[in-house]
Amino acid sequence: MYELPSGTEIQAVITTLKSSAAYYLPEIYLSALFLVLILVDLIFRPKKHHLLSITSLAGLAGSLWFIWQQHTMTGQEIFFGMYVIDEFAIFFKYFFVLSGILTVFLSMSSDELNNRASGVGEYYVLVIGMVIGMVMMASSTDLVMIFVSMELVSFSAYVLTGYLKRERRSTEASLKYLVYGAVSSGLMIYGFSILYGLTGETNISEISTVLIARGHDPVTLMIASIMILTGIGYKVGAVPFHFWSPDVYEGAPIPVTALLSVASKAAGFALLIRFFYVAVPHGSETGAFTPGSEWLMLLMILSVASMIYGNVVALWQKNVKRLLAYSSIAHAGYILLGIIVMDELGTQATLFYMLSYLFMNFGAFLVAVIIANKTGSENIEDYRGLGRRMPLTGAAMTVFLISLVGLPPTVGFIGKLMIFSALLAKGSVFVWLALIGILTSVISLYYYMLIPLNMYLRESKQPLPDTIKTGLLPRLVTACLMLLTLYFGIFFTPLSDFAHFAVTVFGNQLY
Amino acid sequence: MLSLIVFLPIIAGLIILAVPSSQKQIIRIVTLLAALVQGALAVLIWQGYDPSLPGITAAVDGSLDGSFQFVERLPWITLDLGNFGTLNIEYFMGVDGLSITMVILTALISIIAVLSSWTIQKQVKGYFILFNLLSTAMMGCFVALDFFLFYVFWELMLLPMYFLIGIWGGPNREYAAIKFFLYTLFGSVFMLLVMIGLYFSVIDPATGNHTFSIVAMASQENYLPGSIFGPESVVWRYAAFIVLFIGFAIKVPMFPFHTWLPDAHVEAPTPISVILAGVLLKLGTYGMMRINFPLFPEVFQASLYVIAVFGAINILYGAFCALAQSDLKKLVAYSSISHMGYVLLGLAANNTEGMTGALYQMFNHGTITAMLFLLVGVIYDRAHTRQIDKFGGLASYMPVYAGIVTVAWFASLGLPGLSGFISEVFVFVGAFSSENIRYVAIVSALGILFGAVYLLWSLQRVFLGKRRPDAVYELHKDADGNDQIHFHDWKGKNDLDGRELAMLVPLAVIIIFLGIYPMPVLGMITTSINKLVEVLSPVVMTALN
Repeated sequence: MYELPSGTEIQAVITTLKSSAAYYLPEIYLSALFLVLILVDLIFRPKKHHLLSITSLAGLAGSLWFIWQQHTMTGQEIFFGMYVIDEFAIFFKYFFVLSGILTVFLSMSSDELNNRASGVGEYYVLVIGMVIGMVMMASSTDLVMIFVSMELVSFSAYVLTGYLKRERRSTEASLKYLVYGAVSSGLMIYGFSILYGLTGETNISEISTVLIARGHDPVTLMIASIMILTGIGYKVGAVPFHFWSPDVYEGAPIPVTALLSVASKAAGFALLIRFFYVAVPHGSETGAFTPGSEWLMLLMILSVASMIYGNVVALWQKNVKRLLAYSSIAHAGYILLGIIVMDELGTQATLFYMLSYLFMNFGAFLVAVIIANKTGSENIEDYRGLGRRMPLTGAAMTVFLISLVGLPPTVGFIGKLMIFSALLAKGSVFVWLALIGILTSVISLYYYMLIPLNMYLRESKQPLPDTIKTGLLPRLVTACLMLLTLYFGIFFTPLSDFAHFAVTVFGNQLY
Repeated sequence: MLSLIVFLPIIAGLIILAVPSSQKQIIRIVTLLAALVQGALAVLIWQGYDPSLPGITAAVDGSLDGSFQFVERLPWITLDLGNFGTLNIEYFMGVDGLSITMVILTALISIIAVLSSWTIQKQVKGYFILFNLLSTAMMGCFVALDFFLFYVFWELMLLPMYFLIGIWGGPNREYAAIKFFLYTLFGSVFMLLVMIGLYFSVIDPATGNHTFSIVAMASQENYLPGSIFGPESVVWRYAAFIVLFIGFAIKVPMFPFHTWLPDAHVEAPTPISVILAGVLLKLGTYGMMRINFPLFPEVFQASLYVIAVFGAINILYGAFCALAQSDLKKLVAYSSISHMGYVLLGLAANNTEGMTGALYQMFNHGTITAMLFLLVGVIYDRAHTRQIDKFGGLASYMPVYAGIVTVAWFASLGLPGLSGFISEVFVFVGAFSSENIRYVAIVSALGILFGAVYLLWSLQRVFLGKRRPDAVYELHKDADGNDQIHFHDWKGKNDLDGRELAMLVPLAVIIIFLGIYPMPVLGMITTSINKLVEVLSPVVMTALN
């Protein structure tokens, strides 16, 4: 029999909500920005997108201040344990806001978006929506909250993917994404419900406590694990949940592809790490992997399959976006390697790798935007002879791709170095994983180098002007990203300290 | 000093970046100046070098002062890895007898290669920027004493080389460039894993931390018991040795990993061939002497015979392939493979004579092969072909050229009085006196014979006799009734011009001088070689176990 809560209970709830709100400022601020953008679009009906994009930029930059404020608030559980503020969450908040900012830069430079007949009013609104969703994903500690935030990301992403609605492939991509997304989130929530059935809890640390205290049926837990992994695997784009990604990446506007491939993937990993560390019980002190070992096995399979499949299939791609889609499947595999190690060093390596991926992948997509503006094409064949005519863009693309391969002196090399260090620090148990990682990265060299090959080694079939001018803003952003990719490849302490800051939380509290 | 000699080309590259691409001459001169200053610095280092200090490992008291010279050691990256401790990467450079010869060789070959690049007309700015980047990476590899730093320079060479072959190369350049890139990357990525494993296995005695220092790694007492490459971890130490060996052997290139080399050489423009043969191949054997062997001496001991056999295969196989070539440049490329076989054989002898011969052969091979490629480039510039049967009788019409060719060709086949002879003698003396590989050495000696055959035969076909009927050049009578040679589309001087002489004569002088009086090089390397032999010797190992 359901009873109405008493007055004092309601009072207590309101007090908690009020006090929690103080810890929820970045999200509130971003939601306000979301509304402001809608209003700006409605009131000014800007013919040019610049008002909207600059508002988004300023707004996103402003949110960094609110996140900064949260450094003193770490270790707080708010909203009845549904949400948490810790160093790990703060790391990802910065990460997602930064990728939001880069996405806005890419969108400002993209002709396919700016020439869209009915304007780009809702576009920036949806980007902000996606950022909010991802920020929440990284901080959620409750199954319901996790699901809600994931859906917020997904819905924004479905619309963004189909944003060029007059283009057939964009619409097709959106539909595919939606169908795949619906199925996998359905499976995931089913897995959640099994987990709830096993434990009677929705908070992930409570789940862990109960699982350890009461024991569990391994088969049921395995089924739940696989289903939850389906949902997360779909977000991170790991094999065998990757089928949507090449089509979606190819069909979506390039800035959206960049956002999906970096930020949305990182959000999936943030969730995976938190879930893996907290909800799944494992004896961390002894290094014994029971009873979470079924997870470890699953993750190993995903990782190896992603590295091999992504890198091998990428060899045959003719479209730059599709090539980068397969490469991002492969990178999901490398990132998973760091998670498999399941210690501080591994997690730090994972976070570092994601940061490096942020710079190099956004850089590569930005170059793709610039070139698509000039040639109207994303085919590698049409990159012929461009290197000489666009010196900065060509050099930058080479740097980004070298970084994606993992060659020094770029940040991508350090990312791989840290991942492999984390594997080898465990002694010889993970050497075989490192070997697969190393071998597949040699394969990746071949297809990444196809782009510089066409840009520099081949001459274009049509006559091209001697120099091709590009806009100031894209050039500036490209140069910045290129220099950062190189700088952090030589002096990577700041990035690594940042990643280390984020994993301290696992050392202090959650273990 | 070492930082300057390493990064000077990059500074030149940055200056070139600011020069408009129409100012080709300025770009060339800036690069040449950088190379010349680099050469001057190399001379200064040579003058200041004290040959009595051994290098290889730290001195007995654990310090570097009595061992390496011109040391620059700064903390580069210190990372907090949480409960794992800290990650220490050092900016650590220094020279000993092994590296100083290579530093001098690199500086010399760089100057020659810049001069040889004068004829590059296509995208000059991009070419020289990449050239400078390559030059920095090569020099950096030879002076780096931190494995991480070494690895960064090692990989940094690949990209410029890829573009230099791929953009400025011959008709089949795309294939050759990516083949080079994939092959070398395949070798070096495994090196990365070994490097990480070594980091976790080695403790720097001075600080008690894990370290990437090659110097610390070269002393077996610094290995942590129980670590992945610790003393008792036999299987992993063998695996690491083999992986490193393959990584370096690809660079040498050792049979059966050599197939990238003929392709790369044939497609690369002359200056890049010169760099490739003169410096890059040495990195393979240098890496063996600096890293591969001293870090795993007991495995080296166990594999002497195998290394010697591969050396012999290289010598004979290279020579046989060279015999069969109709393209002059491919012939030189295979001869280069053959001559690097002597280095391997000398290393496998594992005694002072053999090691000295190997290192000296590395230096001589650098100068001699660079000269061979330059000479092939000279004729290719004029005739636009390198087919051996398209010439004949050139000696009568290009006497200066033919004279220098003779020096280079005879140096390559090991004529006494020229530098190649001395290093080959040392290699064979070492190999014969080593009981393990005596028979291998006897078989390898046949390589000298075949070397003489293909070199003399090609010399005869191209330079001696009369013009062949289908030769690529015409003959005209001049006013005095003498025959004058004429190449199609060649406006320059028929015989060598000033720039070409400036490249070739110094090399010829060095080859002759070092053939008569090798002490300037041998004196510099002896102490280090003795130390290396000591580090590799079984006595040290048994004492440890």
